[in-house]
Amino acid sequence: MPFTVAEKILQAHSPEEVKGPGQIVRCTVDMVLANDITAPLAIKSFAAMGAQKVFHTNKVALVCDHFTPNKDIASAEQVRVVREFAQKMGVTHYYEGGDCGVEHALLPETGMVGPGDVVVGADSHTCTYGGLGAFATGMGSTDVAAAMALGETWFKVPPTIKVQIDGELPEYVGAKDLILELIGRIGVAGALYKALEFAGSTVSALSVEGRMTMANMAIEAGGKAGLFTADQKAMDYAKAAGHANPRSFAADPGAAYERVVAIDAGDMSPRVACPHLPENVKPVAEVGQVPIRQAVVGSCTNGRIEDLREAAAVLKGRKVAKGVRLIVLPATPRIWRQAMDEGLFTTFLDAGAVVGPPTCGPCLGGHMGILAAGEVCVATTNRNFKGRMGSLDSFVYLAGPAVAAASAVAGQIIHPAAL
Amino acid sequence: MTYRGKAHKVGSNIDTDAIIPARFLVTTDPQELGANCMEGLEPGWISRVKSGDIMVAGPNFGCGSSREHAPIALKGAGLPVVVAHSFARIFYRNGFNMGLILLEVGDAVDRLGDGHDLEVDAEAGKIVNHTTGETVQCMPVPAFMAEILAAGGLVGYAKARLAAQG
Repeated sequence: MPFTVAEKILQAHSPEEVKGPGQIVRCTVDMVLANDITAPLAIKSFAAMGAQKVFHTNKVALVCDHFTPNKDIASAEQVRVVREFAQKMGVTHYYEGGDCGVEHALLPETGMVGPGDVVVGADSHTCTYGGLGAFATGMGSTDVAAAMALGETWFKVPPTIKVQIDGELPEYVGAKDLILELIGRIGVAGALYKALEFAGSTVSALSVEGRMTMANMAIEAGGKAGLFTADQKAMDYAKAAGHANPRSFAADPGAAYERVVAIDAGDMSPRVACPHLPENVKPVAEVGQVPIRQAVVGSCTNGRIEDLREAAAVLKGRKVAKGVRLIVLPATPRIWRQAMDEGLFTTFLDAGAVVGPPTCGPCLGGHMGILAAGEVCVATTNRNFKGRMGSLDSFVYLAGPAVAAASAVAGQIIHPAAL
Repeated sequence: MTYRGKAHKVGSNIDTDAIIPARFLVTTDPQELGANCMEGLEPGWISRVKSGDIMVAGPNFGCGSSREHAPIALKGAGLPVVVAHSFARIFYRNGFNMGLILLEVGDAVDRLGDGHDLEVDAEAGKIVNHTTGETVQCMPVPAFMAEILAAGGLVGYAKARLAAQG
């Protein structure tokens, strides 16, 4: 039977014969992840299960990235719970402080996840690793606790939507615009319970980082996974990162897709998702005049070095508009150092931006960039739900790094070419 | 087991930031989370709820983050059942794992109004609307998930598996 990428990876991790969508299969997992918000609940469930040890001390990652550097006493207490658990269990991959970064940027760059892996994480953006060719999906804390104890989990084999993207990307159009375009077309429930599989010449030309940006937001369409076939570029990335055993899985000719969505990238302009849903997507030119108070460049979606370079290229020789806060959060210490070494911080500081530590912080309304009532933010993050970044009466527009940087300069949402 | 209570109806794509905003995620305590349940939809929303009431929602309920705090908050607020057009995937798994009863009814959700007096029979997959006299039939619980429920939820299931491993 011809298989999709999702079916192939699941089959490689299950003793049961994968027959097709809807079937429940038990799979082994290669990495299990939780963060400072979700790990405390997982640890509670782990204890309730009577588990004495994690299934593998190298295959559990505990990354304290959401409210860190700890924003208050309660969040510090939660991190303490995670730290003590990690110590007690002998978990190798525990991160807090100077070696810590945004989990979905940190795990790929350190080779903890890679092509062909099955990864479950107590964080909805675990699907990011699909950009590397891994079957990766978010779950709740108790599911993750069971995976930590047993080294396996269960999946319903998802039907797959194929997303065929061809054409050469115009200037200022990138991976974020492609995924926003898709979410705009199929809606926030368009891939509910399903896998997305990306293919086409545009996707082949994209960097591995760009692919992770796209896979990251599969969940914003309701998807279980956003998958790419690991090509030479992805395999090289994983090997360079130190991944021990990357495996590439391509779809078979004749694999069954629920539907095919075709996007002509050559025709596109930058996209913006307007409040209060990621599916409210418009070309930036059609957003109208929207003055902003804050811009954020960072997060698991767009906090990688390419994203920072893209923002810096727009900001070079320009100033952030008076009364606008531009907050730049490189996603990991390695990215932070690279940005510093490349001189990007000089550009950011000259422009009047704030450069902060690696943290999820403002994306989820945690800290380091919370919005007051009436404030408008353009962010390279992934969600613009009502109240997501602060007050219920604030507004979040989602965009790529070039649009976010240009908007910070203009003081309103703008096409970078219009600066 | 049947549940009878007043329906509280919410719209489409109710996300987990609406159910329990991130600023409240500094605790795992059900009562504390319950006290702030739906604070991201409307401040003070939860004050209308009496213990045992039933949440009724449109499509894609629970979309967004994987926070298990969302079903815990709903339970902690005294809402034992959510009837929705459909659920977001992670929330659906989490609900089961936390013992929150979730019933997916599709378009029939239009026949369940705000304030209606509902009686839910989770095993039979049946909702009686005492206000209108109508009965709505639901999708049955998938067999594998019923097995997990029979083992006392995922915690019980994992406990049994671990015990068998020695």
